[in-house]
Amino acid sequence: MSVRRLAAEQPESFDFTPELEAVAQKLIAKYPEGRQASAVVPLLWETQKAAGGWLPEPAIRAVAERLGMANIRVLEVATFYTMFNLEPVGKYFVQLCGTTPCMLRGAEAIRHVCERKIGHERHVSADGTFSWLEVECLGACTNAPMVQINDDYYEDLTPENFEKLLDDLAAGRPVKVGPQNTRQGSEPEGGARVLIDPALYAFKSNVPGFADAPATETPDLLAAGLPRAAAESPVDPTAALSAAQEKAADGADTREKREAVAAEATKPSGAGE
Amino acid sequence: MAKIVVDGTEVDVPAEYTLLQACEAAGVEIPRFCFHERLSIAGNCRMCLVEVKGGPPKPTASCAMAVKDLRPGPNGEPPVVLTKSPMVKKAREGVMEFLLINHPLDCPICDQGGECDLQDQAMAYGADTSRFAENKRAVEDKYIGPLVRTSMNRCIQCTRCVRFSTEVAGVPDLGAIGRGEDMEITTYLEHAMRSEMQGNVADLCPVGALTHKPYQFHARPWELIKTESVDVMDAVGSNIRIDTRGREVMRILPRNNDVVNEEWISDKSRYVWDGLKVQRLDRPYVRKDGRLVAASWSEAFAAIAAKVKAAPATKLGAIVGDLASVEEVFALKTLIGKLGSANIDCRQDGAALDPALGRATYVFNPTIAGIDEADAILLVGTDPRHEASVLNARIRKRWRQGGLKLGLIGTKVDLTYPYEYLGAGPDSLSDLAGTGAFGEVLRKAQRPLIIVGQGALARPDGAAVLALAARVAVACGAVKDGWNGFAVLHTAAARVGALDVGAVPGVGGLDVAAMTAPGGLDVAFLLGADEVEIAPGAFVVYLGTHGDAGAHRADVILPGAAYPEKSGLYVNTEGRVQFANRAAFPPGEAREDWAILRALSDVLGQTLPFDNVLALRAQLVAAYPHLGHIDEAVAADPAALATLAQAGGTVDKAAFALPIDDFFLTNPIARASAVMAECSALRLAATAQAAE
Repeated sequence: MSVRRLAAEQPESFDFTPELEAVAQKLIAKYPEGRQASAVVPLLWETQKAAGGWLPEPAIRAVAERLGMANIRVLEVATFYTMFNLEPVGKYFVQLCGTTPCMLRGAEAIRHVCERKIGHERHVSADGTFSWLEVECLGACTNAPMVQINDDYYEDLTPENFEKLLDDLAAGRPVKVGPQNTRQGSEPEGGARVLIDPALYAFKSNVPGFADAPATETPDLLAAGLPRAAAESPVDPTAALSAAQEKAADGADTREKREAVAAEATKPSGAGE
Repeated sequence: MAKIVVDGTEVDVPAEYTLLQACEAAGVEIPRFCFHERLSIAGNCRMCLVEVKGGPPKPTASCAMAVKDLRPGPNGEPPVVLTKSPMVKKAREGVMEFLLINHPLDCPICDQGGECDLQDQAMAYGADTSRFAENKRAVEDKYIGPLVRTSMNRCIQCTRCVRFSTEVAGVPDLGAIGRGEDMEITTYLEHAMRSEMQGNVADLCPVGALTHKPYQFHARPWELIKTESVDVMDAVGSNIRIDTRGREVMRILPRNNDVVNEEWISDKSRYVWDGLKVQRLDRPYVRKDGRLVAASWSEAFAAIAAKVKAAPATKLGAIVGDLASVEEVFALKTLIGKLGSANIDCRQDGAALDPALGRATYVFNPTIAGIDEADAILLVGTDPRHEASVLNARIRKRWRQGGLKLGLIGTKVDLTYPYEYLGAGPDSLSDLAGTGAFGEVLRKAQRPLIIVGQGALARPDGAAVLALAARVAVACGAVKDGWNGFAVLHTAAARVGALDVGAVPGVGGLDVAAMTAPGGLDVAFLLGADEVEIAPGAFVVYLGTHGDAGAHRADVILPGAAYPEKSGLYVNTEGRVQFANRAAFPPGEAREDWAILRALSDVLGQTLPFDNVLALRAQLVAAYPHLGHIDEAVAADPAALATLAQAGGTVDKAAFALPIDDFFLTNPIARASAVMAECSALRLAATAQAAE
């Protein structure tokens, strides 16, 4: 964090495009009459998107006018939240996480790549493609080190794959969002290593009347890499969902039904104690 | 009511009191920076931490915790607040240490030094050394206008200034940008603040971050003599404290008076003091061969006596200016009467107010504090924001509480609160008496308030407009038992006092218009009257303080005392009699006005019957007993309004004009002030920019 100031060079003016105005109306409509100032954060966000990833000073004034707020009130919000960029950013705005877990996993090396490939921090590269900024934790510590480029996370970076990523972006080639190695989400690399004993997944019910499910089925499915939900219920999940929706739609007794089911479920265990 | 034990003393306070208020009720002082009685609670300085039993088991910010939020003990004992426990001491010392981490040690060159909350409280809770070895935070100073100087390294982010400008002044210019350690107080892109009460933010600042620019590096508080006085820049009669060093007025500060100005004053009241030092008339002048030549008092008096003797009594007249105290108006009126003339007028602007109609027809009957109780306000031909800024802040305060309906007839202006615009001229006022929708609002209101400004009265049909306003007031039930909602808002500090002593034309007397007309007078006495122009031909005696319009026209100049230089009574717009003490002395040979009139009367052979100001005041009070009730607004008899409402008169269609062109330049003192000139230029530039 450091003192945040408006950019030295500002455009002459900023006008709400029809699209932005439509968004503004939608946002303002969410709040009661006279409370339109509540829309200031989302509207600034949309304005930032419309203005090319940053908030020029005329845009701040435009938002203030649109919401009937004093200019200073909007400036307060814009300078408070670091998600609002007060200076121009590149087409690809790289936010590099430099907080402890990423730092321990090599964010420094990623930073060097940024410096080499893009230039100084907070400076847009000559062709306008990139700019980068070191930010605090973005909450993807399991996949450290990582960067956020525009709206997407790119994780498990190494200097090599990050450099390639930047090159691909610059060249307009398709890139993979998420972990840049073989990992799936935040799963361990190379698949699960713990909690893999099949016995853990054997279904044993202490509810009388429920038969124990055969313990053999599930591990096989797990090993085959099928999602757990599919493994447990071979029924089409979308069908179940629509059935639930129908139930919900058919009236006031849904809640009572649910409560009855819950009571049914708790009773035997209470009796068992 | 709720019981609470503060440091062993049980007190019974309203349940909605904050702990801080409860502690004060128990006589315990709580240190604070961000909390202020007249602003919303922020709770961000943490200096007011106390220990509570019956609340969270940690130090609690007493400004933000209500008595009703605390639980009683297991056996129903009242909750306990400790303000002197070791935990409290340690907590406050911690807060103070954090505050001082980034606060510069520049007290010796800080204007706030000697009257600084941080300095004072550091004496109680500060450590003698700092444990902070890092660099202090450095903050750029901001430009926020010509009146308030910033030194932002000193700011402790209490946000009192932000809350004041947003809540009280109603001009949300100030804000806190950034966050955390990097939070900075500024205006949007460092433009100048636009409030006419911005000087108050420097008063509110508990440290030296915001100080008074015109006063910077001028004096130290301990070398100033403090005199309690009354402001004369507008008719509110704000209570002020005049600080002097030697003969010089160094600054003017507000005094707390809940029924008048609370604790605010306008920028004109506060920063006009540099006008007291320039353009002063410090010796008598007599015009010889078309040029004003310095003269002695006796030469000046002889010149006047020669002219007065030569003129018939009906051709003598006097006009009372806007800054005169009641004593000198009384002395002048007595003198003019003794000279056999009935020509005296205090209504420079020609406002159609007449004491003969009854006092209720020319004072702010509901009183300023009464605004708090009003539930519908109609403004007629007035811009209170610039005619009486502090009073406007009071209306705004009432509006913020909700449930207030506001209407305005006259020029559309920004009053810092919304209102329903009803029209421009008397027609719209007539409508209210009949079918107008806002008339219904007024009729339904419990306590309707009708404020009539000078813009509605200082016009040819002023008397008819006044009667019409009274008719509306009576028709909508604004005048009833326990509530008189008919209010005349004056712009001149001297006006109500002068009307009270009857400084208006007597039988067959000439009013201002007649006196200023060509051939109206042979000898005209101007008691600080600079807003009128006497037609050529008359011999003009100007008794005043500044080389302003009146002095330029004068044939004889008698140098008088400005308001800090004389003791006197002033009656504000609500009819409240207030006493202004003398804080300084008039410059050079200038004398107090009443003494000049007394000396002149001797030369004219009509000696006034008093030899000192006490004797004068005694006679004044004997003649007008209500002027003896200092600090009281003696209620006027509302029956006068019923009579006035019966009065006819035709109103014309012209729109109501504003009585004040330039807020900063309304009187000779303000016009002499460089600070006021700068403010005026800034406002003009801002208006021009807005018009583009």
